[in-house]
Amino acid sequence: MKRLALVLCLSLLAALVAAPQAGAAEPIKVGVLMEVTGPSAMYGQNGLKGLELAQANRPTVLGRPVSVVVADNKSDKVEASNAANRLIQHEKVAAILGPLTSGNSLAAAPVCEAASVPMISPWATNPMLTQGKQYAFRVCFIDPFQGQVGANFAVKNLKAKTAAIMVDIAQDYCVGITNFFEKAFKDLGGQVVIKTPYSSGDQEFGPQLMAIKAKNPDIIYVPAYVNEGALIARQARELGLKQPMLGGDASQADELIKIGGQAVEGLSFTTHFDENGVTTQSGQAFVKAYRAKYNEAPDSCSALTYDAYNVLLDAMEKAKSAEAKAFVPYLANTKDFPGVTGVLTLVAHDAVKPAVILQVKDGKFAFVATVNP
Amino acid sequence: MDGAQLLQQIINGLTLGSLYALIAIGYTMVYGILRLINFAHGDVLMVGCYLAWFGAVQFGLPWWAALMGSMALTALLGVLIDQGAYRPLRSAPRISALITAIGVSFFLENLGLVVFGGRPKAFERPEIFNQLYQIGDLRVLSHSVWVPIITALVLAGLLWMIYRTRLGMAMRALSRDLVTVQLMGIDTNRVVAVTFALGSALAAAGGIFWAMKYPQINPLMGVLPGLKAFVAAVLGGIGNVVGAVLGGLMLGFGEIMLVALWPELAGYRDALAFVLLIGFLLFRPSGILGQELPS
Repeated sequence: MKRLALVLCLSLLAALVAAPQAGAAEPIKVGVLMEVTGPSAMYGQNGLKGLELAQANRPTVLGRPVSVVVADNKSDKVEASNAANRLIQHEKVAAILGPLTSGNSLAAAPVCEAASVPMISPWATNPMLTQGKQYAFRVCFIDPFQGQVGANFAVKNLKAKTAAIMVDIAQDYCVGITNFFEKAFKDLGGQVVIKTPYSSGDQEFGPQLMAIKAKNPDIIYVPAYVNEGALIARQARELGLKQPMLGGDASQADELIKIGGQAVEGLSFTTHFDENGVTTQSGQAFVKAYRAKYNEAPDSCSALTYDAYNVLLDAMEKAKSAEAKAFVPYLANTKDFPGVTGVLTLVAHDAVKPAVILQVKDGKFAFVATVNP
Repeated sequence: MDGAQLLQQIINGLTLGSLYALIAIGYTMVYGILRLINFAHGDVLMVGCYLAWFGAVQFGLPWWAALMGSMALTALLGVLIDQGAYRPLRSAPRISALITAIGVSFFLENLGLVVFGGRPKAFERPEIFNQLYQIGDLRVLSHSVWVPIITALVLAGLLWMIYRTRLGMAMRALSRDLVTVQLMGIDTNRVVAVTFALGSALAAAGGIFWAMKYPQINPLMGVLPGLKAFVAAVLGGIGNVVGAVLGGLMLGFGEIMLVALWPELAGYRDALAFVLLIGFLLFRPSGILGQELPS
């Protein structure tokens, strides 16, 4: 009898000792491919803040901890493709969140596709990213929609009949969105009087702006990244161009106002998210938590990265697996997901959801309107 | 394009050209003496800008004090780079020093990323350079008036130093034959150190005026101005300070006019600089003012 009791006790003890080991399951690795440094660092660093918050709120999935591996793509297409390779081959990640910009995402997507590793870009709006791909996803709307919203705003709110367009020919995002804007603007009866190119990294825009000045358009459409956008606005005002400026989602970074100063006052742009345009409960909770943690307002990059993380984990939970083959169908069928950037449904791997229009007012981004698709 | 517009473009070209010239002077000085293409020049410029930014924003110094302080500290940095990276290789093949220069450049860029962070910082334009003069349709920023004047003053000062002082004489002698000058009992290391100090201080000044015109700074901001200044120096005849100024002006005007006349070619602006570089290297490697070196 005594011996039996001893055996029982021992086996109980063994079970107790073994239990935590069973609980400490192998972590699920998620790769995060961001513009941590380089010209797009302001977007990438906000994206990382959103990610950090998302992981703090939801550190486990399927009873396993989520381990995040961050890779810096240095805002460079070649680095983006190399880093995607490294995350897949070396780190063996289950999925990749990022990159943010369309150009870097377009560079990383073929690598993910070839390795059958799903990639979710939080912020890349160029429609080509997901076309004909099984493993490329995004949680933001695409530029045909954003260009349309911009054109509508230009015609209805800014009363524009003629527009000048400045296009960054080194960025897939700018080339894409300016084409969609141009088409939508023409369909609404507007006329594009001049389209002048520039390249990322340019700092002198005087000649282009003088050419625009000579055409005297009603508005200037310049969906630039802020490095160039802020300088374009300043030089435009210095050269005496007084037209309203309209931008795209890349305008949403503090640097626009810090560098652009007085010159960006009145600049409006289409984007994904603003804390004053929140439509979901999870969005309100996100804004509160973000402000508490970082003492600043969340932007589109942080909110969308937050959503991308949760959309991925939801798909894994529904599939009860972290195997790409198992959860990718659930990812593709994401429906009515209550994201912080609005209720989102993925159609053909792209999110369908409302856009937000913001305007720079008194050195701050002011909420103007939400536009439903 | 009407007259006022043409004049506006010419003013733009003069400003950009003077900025290239200011940066190219430092480039060409170091080359003239050591036959070393100091690829870290653009990154020294970046450090100079950050030092001025810290001076002006963090310590609230007036702009001229921030400028002077930054130039002094950047001069020190130039001397340290020479001592640490280039002096040990003085007698090594020239290619080793060139590769070291590229290494220094990457080191400064990445150090900048770690210390200052990747996000750009806004650079204030002091009031004196921020006046907007309006004459008819023409708009001129006071910065555009001052920069050519400053470049001209710097050029005059350097010419005086090179041709009228003992130090300048030593520099000229050094550029002909380092070993012989050493044998004459001249402390060549001191002369080289002074050259690096001057070149780096001018890089800082050039960078700060650059940042006043394009008011944002980031750790990679020096790369393109550095390359353009190198092109300008080669165009003018590398090693020749007057040539560097001429080359800078030519490049600045060329870039502005290319886009002014053919706005759709704006994407090729940087290509223009490098096509010019290749053309000159092929057909007139000694540049506009350079002399053919006796081999």
